[in-house]
Amino acid sequence: MLTLTPNISDPDGFYTELVRAHEGLSKEQSDAFNARLILILANHIGDRDVLSAALKAAQ
Amino acid sequence: MAKARYKTAFRLYPYARVPDQSARPVRHPVVIVGGGPVGLALALDLGLKGTPALVLDDHEGAGLGSKAICFAKRTLDIAHRLGAGQAMVDKGVVWNVGKVFHGDHKVFDFNLQPESGHRNPAFINLQQPYFEKYLVDAIRQAQAAGAPIEIRGLNCVTAIARHDSHTTLTVETPDGPYEVEAQYLIACDGARSNLRDMMGLSFDGRVFEDNFLIADVRMKADFPTERWFWFEPPFKNSGQSALLHKQPDDIWRIDFQLGWDINREKELDPDRIRARVDAMLSSQAGHVPDYELEWTSIYTFQCRRMQKFRHGNVFFAGDSAHQVSPFGARGANSGVQDAENLAWKLNLVLNRLADDALLDTYATEREHAADENILNSSRATDFMTPKTEISRIFRNAVLDLADAHPFARPLVNSGRLSVPCSYDGFAPFGEDALRGPDATRPGATCADAPVGDGFLLDLLDGGFHVLGLGCEATDVVAQGLTAKAVTIAEVSEALRSRYLGEAAQAVYLIRPDQHIVARWPTYDARTVARAMQTSIGKA
Repeated sequence: MLTLTPNISDPDGFYTELVRAHEGLSKEQSDAFNARLILILANHIGDRDVLSAALKAAQ
Repeated sequence: MAKARYKTAFRLYPYARVPDQSARPVRHPVVIVGGGPVGLALALDLGLKGTPALVLDDHEGAGLGSKAICFAKRTLDIAHRLGAGQAMVDKGVVWNVGKVFHGDHKVFDFNLQPESGHRNPAFINLQQPYFEKYLVDAIRQAQAAGAPIEIRGLNCVTAIARHDSHTTLTVETPDGPYEVEAQYLIACDGARSNLRDMMGLSFDGRVFEDNFLIADVRMKADFPTERWFWFEPPFKNSGQSALLHKQPDDIWRIDFQLGWDINREKELDPDRIRARVDAMLSSQAGHVPDYELEWTSIYTFQCRRMQKFRHGNVFFAGDSAHQVSPFGARGANSGVQDAENLAWKLNLVLNRLADDALLDTYATEREHAADENILNSSRATDFMTPKTEISRIFRNAVLDLADAHPFARPLVNSGRLSVPCSYDGFAPFGEDALRGPDATRPGATCADAPVGDGFLLDLLDGGFHVLGLGCEATDVVAQGLTAKAVTIAEVSEALRSRYLGEAAQAVYLIRPDQHIVARWPTYDARTVARAMQTSIGKA
C-alpha cells in the first residue's frame, strides 16, 4: 500500500538536499537527474501496485 | 500471367500444369493461398495428419532477401514435430552474447545462457528463404510417404466468389486461368494480403513514422558472433538506432533506423549505404573489413491486425491477419503458431470429430496472441524511438543508469524475444487441480525437458496426449477422439521442477498444439475425457 502520511524522519533536511542536488544543473541536466532519481526510487519500491498508486497520487 | 513481385532465392515448386486446370472446378477441403513460412507450415501439419492441403503461390519459391531472420524456440519445436527443425538448427546461427551501446558508450552486455534440458535453443538466426526451403524439403518427404499435400507454383488468385459451403477461386497461370473450390480457404498471403483486399476487409492499427534501412553484407572477416545494438549511434548519418546481427553464410544483417522524412531512392544508393556500413563496422573493428552488399531494402512498419481472423469459411493467418514491428521477432514466429493452432482444428472438423465452432477458437485464441505481440512490439518501438521530450528523457535515464546499476537493464527494450502466449481463462482450457508450477499452467505451452535419451516434446506427436508423471496413464477415448497416454515413471529433476513443483505426481492433458488443457494430482480417465471434450467445445 502506498504511504501518503508523513514518513521522512528529517523533512526539512531531505527537502534541502533534494533541491541542492539540482544546484548548478541546466534545465536539461535537472530533467535527466529527476528521471534517474524516479527510476532509482521506483526500483527500490518495486511493488507494482504501489507504483501504480503513486503515479495516480501524483496526478 | 501474374507479374513477379520479387526474385526467388530457391525455386522450390516450379509451375506444372495439373488436371484441375482442364476440369470442372474441383473442390478441395483446404486451400492455402501463399507459400511462405505460415502457409507451408500449415500445409505440412495438415498433410501429416492426413488432411489434404493445396497451396497456391504466385511465385515458384522462396523470395530473395533474408526478411525474417530470427526463429524462436517455439517455432523450432513446431518445425521439429513437422520434421523440418533439425535442418534449421544445423544451418542457423546460435548466439548468446549481446551488447547494447548508447552513442559511443557501451551500456552493458549480456549473455543469454540458455536454460538446459531443451532440445532447441532459445532462437536461431536464419534467413527466411532457408526456413521455407526446409519446410518444402519436409513436405517433399511427407508427400513421398503419402501425405496429401500439393503446392502449385505460379498460381495467382485473381478473384474469389464466396458461397455458404465453399469459396470459388479464379487462378491465373502461365496456361491461362482456371477455377478451384475451397471448402476452407486460408489466407497466408502476407501483410499486403490480396484476399483481404478482395473481401474488402480492413487492417487497422498504428503506423510508426519511421524508415528502416536493411543491408545484408557478406563479410569473411573475423567478427564476433554477437548481437550489437546502438541507441543514438555515434557513426555518421546512422539515424536513431542501429543493429548488427549474424546470419549463416557469412552474412551480417545491419539495420539503420533512418527516421520518417527521407528520400528513399537516395538512401538506397549503394555508395551511400556503403558509407554507413563502413562507419559502423570501423567504429568497432578500427578499420573497414572487406565486405560485399548482398541485399538492401527500406521498410516502414505498422502494428495492426484484422478485427476478426475468421470470416465464414475464410481464415487469415500470419502477416495477412496481423502485423508487428520487427523488434522481438514476432512476425513469422507468431504466424507459425497461427498455423499450428489452425491445423489440428481443421483436421478434427474435416474428420467430423469436432463441430465447425471449434474453428472459432482459432480466431479468438490467435487474436489474443496478436494483441500480446502488438503490445510487446509497440513498447519496444516506443522505447527505441521516444515520441515526446519526456519519454526521451526517461529513455536516456534508463540507458545512463544501466551502465552502473543492473536494476535498469531489464528496462532497456530493443525488442522482447517472441515467446508463445498462454490462453489463460479461455473456455477450451480446464482446471488446475494440481496447482503446480506457473509455467505449465492450463493454457500455456508445454515446456521441454529431457526424458530418457530424448526430450518430452518428441513424445507429443501432434494428437491429444494424457501425460502421467510418476503415475500410470492409459489412452482415453471420447466420442471417437483419442488422447494417447504417455507415462513417465522416472521423473527427472528438470521434469519435476517444470511440471510437478511440490507434488509427488501429476496428470496433464495436452492439446495437439502442445498447449496444456488441464492438470490433476491423480489420474481419472473420465475426468480427462470430460476435459478433452470441453477443449473441443463438446461439453
